[in-house]
Amino acid sequence: MSERNTGVNWNESWIKDVKVNLSAVKARADTLGTRRCVKKKWQAAWLLKAAACIDLTTLAGDDTVVNVQRLCYKAKNPIRADLVEALGVKQLGITCGAVCVYPSRVGEVKQSLKECGGSAIPIASGIYEEVQQMREACGEAHMKTILATGECGTMANVYKASMVCMMAGADFIKTSTGKEGVNAILPVGLVMVRAIREYYKRTGYKVGFKPAGGIRSAKEACVWLSMMKEELGDEWLTPKLFRLGASSLLLDVERQLYHYVYGRYAATHEFAMS
Amino acid sequence: MAATTGATSSAPSQSATVAAESTESIADIFASMSYGPAPEADNVVQAWLEDKKRAFGHFIDGKYHQPAGRKVYEVKNPANGKVLCTTMRGESEDVELAVKAARKAHTTWSKLAPHVRARHIYSIARHVQKHARLFSVLESMDNGKTFRETRDADIPIVVRHFYHYAGWAQLSDTEMSNWKSIGVIGGIVPWNFPLMLLTWKLAPALAMGNTVVLKPASYTSLSAILLAEVCAEAGLPPGVFNVVTGSGAFGSMLAAHPDVDKVAFTGSTLVGQKLRKLTAGTGKKISLELGGKSPFIVFDSADLDSAVEGVVNAIWFNQGQVCSAGSKLLVQETVYDKFIDKLKERLTHFRVGSSLDKTMDMGAIVDESQRASVEEFVQSARDEGAEVYQASACFPSAGCFYPPTLITKVQTVSKVVQEEIFGPVLVALPFRTAKEAVSLANNTRYGLAGSVWTENVSLALEVALLIKAGAIWVNAHNLFDAAAGFGGYKESGFGRDGGKEGLYEYAIPRWEERPRPANEDIDYSKFGATLQGRPTYADNLLPVLEGGSAAGVPAIDHTYKFYYGGAQKRPDATYVRAIKTSEGKAMAHVGEGNRKDVRNAVEVAHKAAPGWGKRAAYNRAQIMYYLAENIELRRQEFADRLSLQTGRTADSCLNEVSLSIQRLFYWAAYADKYGGTVQETTLYGATVKIHEPVGVIGILCPDEYPLLGFVSLLAPAIVRANCVVIVPSEIHPLSALDLYQVFETSDIPGGVVNILTGSKDHLAKYLVEHQDIQSVWYFGSEAGSKYVEYVSAENVKRTWVNYGLSRKWEDPEQGEGEEFLYQVTQVKNIWIPMETSLPIDNNTVGHFSCRFCFVLY
Repeated sequence: MSERNTGVNWNESWIKDVKVNLSAVKARADTLGTRRCVKKKWQAAWLLKAAACIDLTTLAGDDTVVNVQRLCYKAKNPIRADLVEALGVKQLGITCGAVCVYPSRVGEVKQSLKECGGSAIPIASGIYEEVQQMREACGEAHMKTILATGECGTMANVYKASMVCMMAGADFIKTSTGKEGVNAILPVGLVMVRAIREYYKRTGYKVGFKPAGGIRSAKEACVWLSMMKEELGDEWLTPKLFRLGASSLLLDVERQLYHYVYGRYAATHEFAMS
Repeated sequence: MAATTGATSSAPSQSATVAAESTESIADIFASMSYGPAPEADNVVQAWLEDKKRAFGHFIDGKYHQPAGRKVYEVKNPANGKVLCTTMRGESEDVELAVKAARKAHTTWSKLAPHVRARHIYSIARHVQKHARLFSVLESMDNGKTFRETRDADIPIVVRHFYHYAGWAQLSDTEMSNWKSIGVIGGIVPWNFPLMLLTWKLAPALAMGNTVVLKPASYTSLSAILLAEVCAEAGLPPGVFNVVTGSGAFGSMLAAHPDVDKVAFTGSTLVGQKLRKLTAGTGKKISLELGGKSPFIVFDSADLDSAVEGVVNAIWFNQGQVCSAGSKLLVQETVYDKFIDKLKERLTHFRVGSSLDKTMDMGAIVDESQRASVEEFVQSARDEGAEVYQASACFPSAGCFYPPTLITKVQTVSKVVQEEIFGPVLVALPFRTAKEAVSLANNTRYGLAGSVWTENVSLALEVALLIKAGAIWVNAHNLFDAAAGFGGYKESGFGRDGGKEGLYEYAIPRWEERPRPANEDIDYSKFGATLQGRPTYADNLLPVLEGGSAAGVPAIDHTYKFYYGGAQKRPDATYVRAIKTSEGKAMAHVGEGNRKDVRNAVEVAHKAAPGWGKRAAYNRAQIMYYLAENIELRRQEFADRLSLQTGRTADSCLNEVSLSIQRLFYWAAYADKYGGTVQETTLYGATVKIHEPVGVIGILCPDEYPLLGFVSLLAPAIVRANCVVIVPSEIHPLSALDLYQVFETSDIPGGVVNILTGSKDHLAKYLVEHQDIQSVWYFGSEAGSKYVEYVSAENVKRTWVNYGLSRKWEDPEQGEGEEFLYQVTQVKNIWIPMETSLPIDNNTVGHFSCRFCFVLY
């Protein structure tokens, strides 16, 4: 494994003459989900992976210790115990990737989780110097930069923003906060992971990717996983380099696993709410 | 599982088999994140095959027809070698029966109200849609292509085609008011898109009121048979669509059947040429959609990552068994290494395997013989020292498969660069400039398709225009839609499948009946032989013709030369022929053209063609008006000359001159009114249909109406930017020759109009034998028509012949109009996707794959 991205000196040529053809990107994104799919136990394994990559998030004005605590417990136990048992994956100790809350709630999270998972600090992206300063401020903590891709205007800008953040030392690049009107969509994700691939090729640093918002179904989660596998390779299929910012997704994942184990469709109320 | 990378010239390493993978626990897979098998169920197809006792006959006159004692084909699933069923090897009496049924059905089907035909075709679309899954699975099992493609491309395109042509059926009276059905269509289609390509013939044929006898490829007959059954279910009257199965020779029987009025063929250039010869001189129409070696051009201004995926769609779609496959990758040298690296990386996670498995990029090759042929090509490249890169993430150990292959370090002289491989094999060549890219793209005998990858719109459009091919995609490849015609230039054939342009292939002008010439055998080796003229002292009229001088003073001799390259030229062999008056007196001498004169004229025509094509249409119209003006000024002189040659009355001749002037005005009007249209395809962007010139056209004019016939053929050709080598009436050429002085003084660039005189058949022979003439029009004898059609097969040039029948040139219905526009143009469709802004509007419709979201029922 390569070490953590330290960033590189500003190099304008890396973002000059960036060409991204939106129609062609969409055409590829359209077929990501039709060229690959997983069934049966492969599907079960992939869904468990999705669960392990989920960042459970609450960024609401009315957050209190009550719902934050509930979220933390769910993150530690994302899948019903009987399903974990039946799937034979108890030894994997699958938990969600992280819990994301407002900074003021971090203490409560720490209290709720004996070992702290929430060491990633999301940063709204800016220009190179700004991101670089933030990277310094983060110290040992990992830095996720959120591109707010819905506001980027063009795919070339999405690519450039991704590259600037990585040059400035981002550990993760993230599509959006997940709370905006524009959600994570595959074409945008595709452009971002292509930027990650290019950055890796140039520097040897592996930067993580996190789509956030709008990913609700287990099937979609598998498509995002297969995009990572196809475009970046198997090494990116770990919570270290891939996170799904999607809270309601976990429920659907659990339901699909239930169906895999019992062959019946479950009711929502049969799963612990987060 | 890490991707396996095959090194240079090695076969792909094989991943663990499915059986081995299945011992993995969920925890193991959690770690490996491998894809497991994801097969589409085949139980409904199996049940359908069982219903038919796994032995299929023909489908004729609305029902299965299973004559006893026929040999059969064993139909196998190429992906696993398992026998699915048998199909019948038809014999001549089966063709007889099917054509008879179609002929009978035509009498009623062609007379149905357009709305009623529209309802029928609409019903077919609905029924295919309802059985879409069955069709998709069957096609995948029969052909070996992936179910993903049949589900997302083949079958949705089929459905879309029927809907589109249901519309044309409805509008046939208004939009095609000057046209009618031809009769019985003999359709012969290949195995690469069995159902899709047959639909491209069937839908427009039915829309125009024809009936069809179809012969699918012997490897892949099942979807055609299922379609016939589904059409019957949909209520299509018996006999309107018939399917007969059998060998290639059996297909020839169908094409040769006297009651088949038109042959519609998609397949190899070799077979296309055979069919052209077989039908020569019969009066049948024919359209040929043949092979290709289509360029995929990547400029350094392209989105390279997207272009890599474009390559996947271009050459590894349907295992590369696509006539429009982007099999010749041209990459600008500044990004060549980078692009090839990206492409190689892409192949490391490319998946080859079971056709019904929904995780595969590529399925099986249709048949072992085809696989062997592909391998032979690749071996030839290895032998030449080329670099052969083959890699994939998985590759089956059994079944008829071939890995995706990239060949580099090859040049234009290599067989793999020149020939159509028809498999998953891509050759890559670097280029320096756009000009060089275009030259490399056009350095082929084919001209079916091509794609241009750049973000520079000006560059994209110019290159798209300069590539000589029928379909050009900008930043995409292999997009198809019913609303845009598909078909080739050069040896990729002629005629279009799809769009309004596709309707003309299944229609003849209302005034016309299908010609049924006697079609007598001719000696091809002797045709067109000529013996040059000798002195005609006994019948000479020359000294007194233009006299007006005092008695006894001879007129100044006037001997016509040829006119080509903008100047008068002497005949190569300096022989002349005497042109006689209606009373048999020699009135002038004209040059006797031979093959060298043809050679010279064609050469200058090609020199003029690019510049003439770039002239503004306005300018071309002005030249027509100038011709009209000059004929008007010399109206009486032209009429007198006509009268002297033909012996017709002065009034009749004056009328011919007037009509010629009118015709010039008619075509001047069309100079800027037939450029093309925007096609309403499913693409979000512009699909632009351009009516491009055909190129250099050889024209042999009729003897009736020496001036009007000449003008009626010349004018449409040149206003639509073609260059011509034109031979006026053999017996009355003087009126046309009188025009060369007008050409000389006009703005018309030298080489656009080239006039040769002499023996019609002799010149026809050398024009049609010339490999660099794109179309030959022959208005002469039955035998000459047959000769032209037969010999044109050699390089698949277009032809337009009269089978010895005259037409009423004075009648606008016959002497001008859409038929002429069809003959002077060839359709190019340029697909230009658009969209740049985020956030993405999900209502925009993009590429065909998975954007066909039809709502069922």
